[in-house]
Amino acid sequence: MVTESESSTYALDAKIPEGPIQDQWDQHKFSTPLVNPANKRKYEIIVIGTGLAGASAAASFGELGYNVKVFTYHDSPRRAHSIAAQGGINAAKNYPNDGDSIFRLFYDTVKGGDYRSRESNVYRLAQVANEIIDQTTAQGIPYAREYGGLLDNRSFGGAQVSRTFYARGQTGQQLLLGAYQALARQIDAGTVEYYNRSEMLEVVIKDGHAVGVIIRDLVSGEVTSHSAHVVVLATGGYSNVFFLSTNAMACNGSAVWRAYRKGAFFANPAFTQIHPTCIPAADEHQSKLTLMSESLRNDGRIWVPTTPGDTRPANDIPDEERDYYLERMYPAFGNLVPRDVASRAAMRMLDEDRGVGPLRNGVYLDFKSAIGRLGQPKIEERYGNLFEMYERITDENPYEVPMRIYPAPHYTMGGLWVDYNLMTTIPGLYAIGEANFSDHGANRLGASALMQGLADGYFVLPYTIGGYLVDYLNVPPVSTDDPVFVEAQAAVEEQTNAFLAINGTQSVDHFHRQLGNVMIEYCGLARSSEGLETAISEIKEIRTNFWNDLRVIGTSDSLNQSLERAGRVADFLELAELMCIDALNREESCGGHFRLEHQTEDGEAQRDDVNFAYSAAWEWMGSKNSPLLHKEYLEFEYVALSQRSYK
Amino acid sequence: MDLSLKVWRQASTNEEGEFKTYQAKNVSPEASFLEMLDEVNEDLNAAGEDPIAFEHDCREGICGACGVMINGNPHGPQSGTATCQLHMRKFEDGDSITIEPWRATAFPVLKDLIVDRSPFDRIMEAGGYISVNTGAAPDANIIPIPKWAAEASMDAASCIGCAACVAACPNSAGNLFTAAKTQHLSLLPQGQPERYLRAAAMVETMEQYFGSCRNYGECEKACPKNISIDFIAMMNKDYVRAQFKNMERLGQK
Repeated sequence: MVTESESSTYALDAKIPEGPIQDQWDQHKFSTPLVNPANKRKYEIIVIGTGLAGASAAASFGELGYNVKVFTYHDSPRRAHSIAAQGGINAAKNYPNDGDSIFRLFYDTVKGGDYRSRESNVYRLAQVANEIIDQTTAQGIPYAREYGGLLDNRSFGGAQVSRTFYARGQTGQQLLLGAYQALARQIDAGTVEYYNRSEMLEVVIKDGHAVGVIIRDLVSGEVTSHSAHVVVLATGGYSNVFFLSTNAMACNGSAVWRAYRKGAFFANPAFTQIHPTCIPAADEHQSKLTLMSESLRNDGRIWVPTTPGDTRPANDIPDEERDYYLERMYPAFGNLVPRDVASRAAMRMLDEDRGVGPLRNGVYLDFKSAIGRLGQPKIEERYGNLFEMYERITDENPYEVPMRIYPAPHYTMGGLWVDYNLMTTIPGLYAIGEANFSDHGANRLGASALMQGLADGYFVLPYTIGGYLVDYLNVPPVSTDDPVFVEAQAAVEEQTNAFLAINGTQSVDHFHRQLGNVMIEYCGLARSSEGLETAISEIKEIRTNFWNDLRVIGTSDSLNQSLERAGRVADFLELAELMCIDALNREESCGGHFRLEHQTEDGEAQRDDVNFAYSAAWEWMGSKNSPLLHKEYLEFEYVALSQRSYK
Repeated sequence: MDLSLKVWRQASTNEEGEFKTYQAKNVSPEASFLEMLDEVNEDLNAAGEDPIAFEHDCREGICGACGVMINGNPHGPQSGTATCQLHMRKFEDGDSITIEPWRATAFPVLKDLIVDRSPFDRIMEAGGYISVNTGAAPDANIIPIPKWAAEASMDAASCIGCAACVAACPNSAGNLFTAAKTQHLSLLPQGQPERYLRAAAMVETMEQYFGSCRNYGECEKACPKNISIDFIAMMNKDYVRAQFKNMERLGQK
């Protein structure tokens, strides 16, 4: 049962600055109070997570002179999953002279997000994107270059210009290393205090404000309290709710979920991205899916056999019996349609029994014509490491036989609701990068995640955070002896021990796989009201079984990987239900959210702008009650609402 | 396939470890090495035994979190491949596989197959960066960089920090990692102002933790990213020159 927020007293104020969109960010930077350099050292900032957003934010705060504490559950900041981003990072430099501009990047991102993002935030993102390229180049990111020594660009889905900067197929790795290096410099300088193998298990709130966090040391099991003037969550997305996804094994939604349970609103949880180019699962024991960069769609052509049930090997199928379905259905964008469109088209091919591979669970991505046109050395230079990775996983040589690909959960556009300053509905609690909801609407374009993570960390939050901090000049952070910390710490210890006390028969993975199956079936590429109702009741059942029959071996005062995972899966089991509630509420199709009841005659997503042009921000009302829906109505002043067409 | 695993088990840094033998039954040749371990852990959990602790995350060969000695080889038998990318089709039915953590004094075992690799972070903190504050950068295209330089820098920058190089080295030297990190930046124009300070700081920090390089070349062979020991030669040259170039250090003890 979904409740409307008519009676709620909390008004969602996005704090969008006045004036024309081009001037808003400059105006806002000018009107936001500054913290004088000598006063910055009086402030304590906690950053959770050391991916692109967290590391770049922590480094930038350190450079400005704030006292920063940064926590990661990894052994090193360099492990954060940003490292796996392959294809590139967008910016509107217009170096290729092909008509790009800040406005066009803004326009493409709003349109690509299927008109469910906030215009002002997206415009700012497009504005600072160019600075990111400058900053990261200065840091020594070895971006791909032309022979003349200048930066090279390539194109990505959802754009008709080449605006993507890249470092082979390892752009995320290089950008993360850049942010990590900037962070390492601040750790050495003593402005940032760094804690590895430390997982945040609770946000501490006092008088409605975020005042600190509870951390568990993953080696000793020790639980400690840390206080600060502000807490920044840069903890990534929750695609692992699907169990099989392209996310790293440890990626989880616990930090944002803990914040949600403390009162931060969770926006658009149902907006998840299923990426079209992943290697299909090979068997039922598979633990994760591997992405093949979207950049491959620049030169690869996607096809399936024309005849359903055709099981001949790819190279035995003549060209006239191949259906290059994206080129056929979307002639203007062809193989470079946005991710949601490409994923749904692949799903339709499998529904028509035209899937390929041993399990008939993929479509082909074929480089034959590109190799013919450019020669194998050029293809090797562009994608060599991806081709090698593919061969290692599948034992097939993609220079000779087409790759097999299929959509897999990859990114979550939803996340904690934040205002223009990136502050959640809890004062003093910020969310940046994939952990927030703000910039990608219902679908993220390729090469935009790196852009957003670094925009938030390097160029947005360091400016906006001062607006909150000025009120706390010479006010020390709340003591960790305060009852709010003592109670929060006791609650965390209690829950940790609760997992060990169940003493049932099934492993954490057992429940996680069950949950993943339900989510991909009913809340994946296609959703229906009936399916979502089923999912909600099945999730509840899995949750009950989890709490009755989980078995975690070992103790809480030592390194215990099952125990770590138990906490994350316990949170996924709650988050999954909220995703289904949100998907059920949104009686329209948009971007990655496709409701079978709402499609056009030719099977495209049918938006309902009259009733659903809003971000759905959910408020936790306790475990016994349904969450409360708050609506942030979206206004489209600069990008006229229209049916997306990539034809 | 059925396999016999001899696995190093150690409850914590300060406790004695030992090998224990486990049977892995019905392993799919399509499974990755870590998925095989997942299955063994499911069986251990069901039997009420503590699952084997091993480090892993992205499972696509880029994060560098995973890495174990497999029959004495870091990351196992397939060259240029991290443990997570190694698939069971590279083994035979009935094989016996010995699995150990990285062995190096600088990397104490935390539990079972997990070691503490934080000395790598100390090396980075000593100087593995270009000192440029956020916002201080000129336009990205203002400095043309020869394509070969960007490519060579990228070759070095591909290092995933897994520490297989240290595990492979008879002396547990950290030179390949440190060389990859110094030369990534030394090959670029942006890295020049701090080039020699960086080389000195990083090499000297490295020497606090790791053994000396004797050019055995085992590190290159073990590296999942095929990083060349040529970078070690380049780093050594930078380090020697650093003794003369870093003027503020001249004449000091």
